Amino acid sequence: MKNTIYLDHAATSPIAPEVIDVMARAMAEESGNASSIHTVGRSARKALDDARASLAAKVNAKPSEIIFTSGGTEADNMAIFGTAYARQKEGKHIITTAIEHHAVLHACEKLEKEGFTVTYLPVDKTGRISAEQVKEALRDDTILVTIMYGNNEVGTIQPIAEIGAILKEHSATFHTDAVQAFGLEKMDVEALQVDLLSVSAHKINGPKGIGFLYAKTGVKLTNILYGGSQEKKRRAGTENVPAIIAFAKAAELAGQTAHQRIEQYNGFKNILIEQFQLAGVKFHLNGHQKSVLPHVLNVTFPGTDVESFLINLDMAGVLVSSGSACTAGSIDPSHVLVAMYGQNAPELRSSIRFSFGLGLTDELVQEAGKRTAEIVKRLTS
Amino acid sequence: MVETRDPSQIRVVIGMSGGVDSSVAAYLLKQQGYDVIGIFMKNWDDTDEFGVCTATEDYDDVIAVCNQIGIPYYAVNFEKQYWDKVFTYFLEEYKAGRTPNPDVMCNKEIKFKAFLEHALALGADYLATGHYARVAHDENGVKMLRGIDNNKDQTYFLNQLTSEQLEKVMFPIGHLPKPEVRKIAEEAGLATAKKKDSTGICFIGERNFKEFLSQYLPAQPGNMETFDGEVKGTHDGLMYYTLGQRHGLGIGGDGEPWFVVGKDLKRNVLYVGQGFHHDALYSDALTAVKMSFTGEARTGTFNCTAKFRYRQEDSPVTVTMREDGTAYIEFAEPVRAITPGQAVVLYDGEECLGGGTIDGVFKNSEQLTYVG
Repeated sequence: MKNTIYLDHAATSPIAPEVIDVMARAMAEESGNASSIHTVGRSARKALDDARASLAAKVNAKPSEIIFTSGGTEADNMAIFGTAYARQKEGKHIITTAIEHHAVLHACEKLEKEGFTVTYLPVDKTGRISAEQVKEALRDDTILVTIMYGNNEVGTIQPIAEIGAILKEHSATFHTDAVQAFGLEKMDVEALQVDLLSVSAHKINGPKGIGFLYAKTGVKLTNILYGGSQEKKRRAGTENVPAIIAFAKAAELAGQTAHQRIEQYNGFKNILIEQFQLAGVKFHLNGHQKSVLPHVLNVTFPGTDVESFLINLDMAGVLVSSGSACTAGSIDPSHVLVAMYGQNAPELRSSIRFSFGLGLTDELVQEAGKRTAEIVKRLTS
Repeated sequence: MVETRDPSQIRVVIGMSGGVDSSVAAYLLKQQGYDVIGIFMKNWDDTDEFGVCTATEDYDDVIAVCNQIGIPYYAVNFEKQYWDKVFTYFLEEYKAGRTPNPDVMCNKEIKFKAFLEHALALGADYLATGHYARVAHDENGVKMLRGIDNNKDQTYFLNQLTSEQLEKVMFPIGHLPKPEVRKIAEEAGLATAKKKDSTGICFIGERNFKEFLSQYLPAQPGNMETFDGEVKGTHDGLMYYTLGQRHGLGIGGDGEPWFVVGKDLKRNVLYVGQGFHHDALYSDALTAVKMSFTGEARTGTFNCTAKFRYRQEDSPVTVTMREDGTAYIEFAEPVRAITPGQAVVLYDGEECLGGGTIDGVFKNSEQLTYVG
C-alpha cells in the first residue's frame, strides 16, 4: 500500500494539534455546565463567553449574535426553518440557488411541501449567479434569500456583498452558508450585509459536531429545538464547551494563517494542473477561475468513470471525492454539476474534487498529481 | 489456467451482498492470504416513501463485515445496466406469457460481465462471489461443478457463464455445506452470521409479487377455463400465473385441487385442470434457445441430465444440438410443468455443462401450444 495523500479537506479536515491540546485541556478543566450558578458552572460560562467573543470577532459580529449549533447543517436548518416559521405571515416566498448544500436544498424542499414557494436560481457554467438574478426574483412576499458563500464542490464564490446591497432595499432576511469559505475568506457580516451566516468547525481543523449561526440583532427566528434556555433561548441544549473552545482556537489559527495558506493552495492548484499537463492527460477545470475558493479544485477527466476512478485513486493512496459524499452505491449525479452543465453532460460522470488543507506539501501534491494522471491514462487508454 | 502465484500477489474482488454467504466467502479469501477488496453492487433502487432503502441496510452490513475482516470496501452502482439488461428482459418475457428467470440474466449480464469488467479495471485477477458452485481448473481448462451442498447448489443460475468468465471467477464457499458456512460466520463473529437468507427475486424481495408486477405491466383479467371450455372463474392477468401453480386460483368444489395447466394469450384465457398430475402438465421434450456451454460447445447428440427448475432433481435427457445453435432435448421420462422462459441446465455428473432458455414444449413430437 502506498502512502495516503489526503486531498479531501472540503469533506472534513484533520484537527490541528494545537486544537487537540486546547480541547483536551478543556475537557479536563471545563467540566461544568455553563448554565450552572456555581463555581464550576461559572468557569465554563467564562470559557464559553471568551470563545463566543473570539469567534464573533472573526466575522465582525457581536458576541450576542452567535448561536452555537451542532454544526453547519443545524445552522443552515435553523436559518431556513427559523426564518420561514417566524415570518410566514409576511410571505411564503424563498429564493435560493440550485447549487446549495443539501442542508439548504433539502430544508427548502421540505418547506415547499409545507406550502412555501421556493425559487431556485440557475447558475452559469462557472457555477455563479448574479446579483441581478436575485433582484429579478424578489417578490413582495419574499421573506428569505439563502445563497451560499463558496461552493463545496467546485469552489465558486457568489457575489454575496452585491446581493446584500440589493437586499438592503428589501425586507427579506439574507442568509449565507459560509461553511466552506470561513477560515480562508475574510468575512465581515457588516460589509456583506447578511442577516444570517452559517459556519462549521470541522472544515477548519476544528472538531466535528460544533458550528454556529450568526444571527444579526433583531432578526426574526423561530426555534427549531425546544428545551433549556441556552443561547438566549434560541437553541436549547447544554453547550458543548470543550468543542466550542476548540472551535475558537481553530478559527484563531485559521485567521493567522489564512494569507499564507491561500498562496500555498493556489500553488497546489498549479502543481496539479502542471502534472496533468506533463502527463498529457485530457482534463478541464470546473468552477469559476477567479471568484473561487483557494482550497477546492474540481477537475473533469474526459473518458473516466467516476465510480471506478475514485476506487482506483483510493487504492493508489490518493484520497479525493466526487463532490458530496455518497451513500450505498448512489449515483445521483452532483446537483452542482447538473446545474452548471445540464442533466446529461459528460462532466457528471468524470469529475473529481481535490481539496487542500493541513499537512500537505508541494511534494505530496505533486505525487498525488502524478498518481492521478497515471490512473487517468490507464482508464482512458 | 492453474494458479501458481502466492495469494498475497493475487487481487480478488469479492461481490458482497450483505448476506452471510458472501461475508464468509470474503472471510475465507482473506484467511487464505489474498489481496481482497469487498464491493457492494447496487442494482435496484427500492427507496420507499420514507427514504428507506434495503440496499442501505445491506451496505451497512457489508461495511461491518469488511471492517471485521480488515479489507477495504466500496459500493458500485449498476442500476442502469440492470434495468436495461435484466429488468427490461424480465418485463418482455412476462408480456410474452413466459416465466422469466432474472437471476440467470443478472449473472450473465451484470455480475459476471459488467461487474467482472469493473473488477478487472481495479486491477483484480479474480472476481469472487458467494455462490454455491465450484470452479475446477486442470490442463484442459476450466469446469464449473455443482456446489457440494446439493440443497443450495446454484449452478442452475450460473449456467450461462462461459469458460472465459469462469477463468476469472472464484467461488470460495462452493465446497461447503450451508450449515458449515453459518458455523464459520458464527465462529468468526461476523456481523451477518445470523442474518436471514434473502428469498425470492432480488428486486422484489419480500414484497407481494402481484402488486409489484402490476406497477409495470397492465393486468388484463380474463376467464379461467378447462380445456373443454367450461368457465371456472376469472383470473387477474395471465402474467401472474405459472404452469403447475395451485395457489391463488380460488376454485372450490369437490374432487382434486385445481392447477394452472396452460395459457391462451390470444384469448386471454387461463387453462385450469384438476389434479397435481394432470395429463396436460406432462411433456417429453423441449426446445431451448440461447444455448451456452461452460466449456467447449457441444455438437451433435449426447446424453446427460438436466434441471428445468431450480432445486429440482436431475432428469436424464438426450440433447440434440441443431445448426442454428438451438437444442432439442428429449426426456427419458415425462416431466411435469416444463415452463417456457425458465432455464434448462445440463449436467454431466458433477459438472454443469451449460444451458439455455426453454422455448417450446413437446409431447409425442407435437408442440404444446397451450403452455405459452
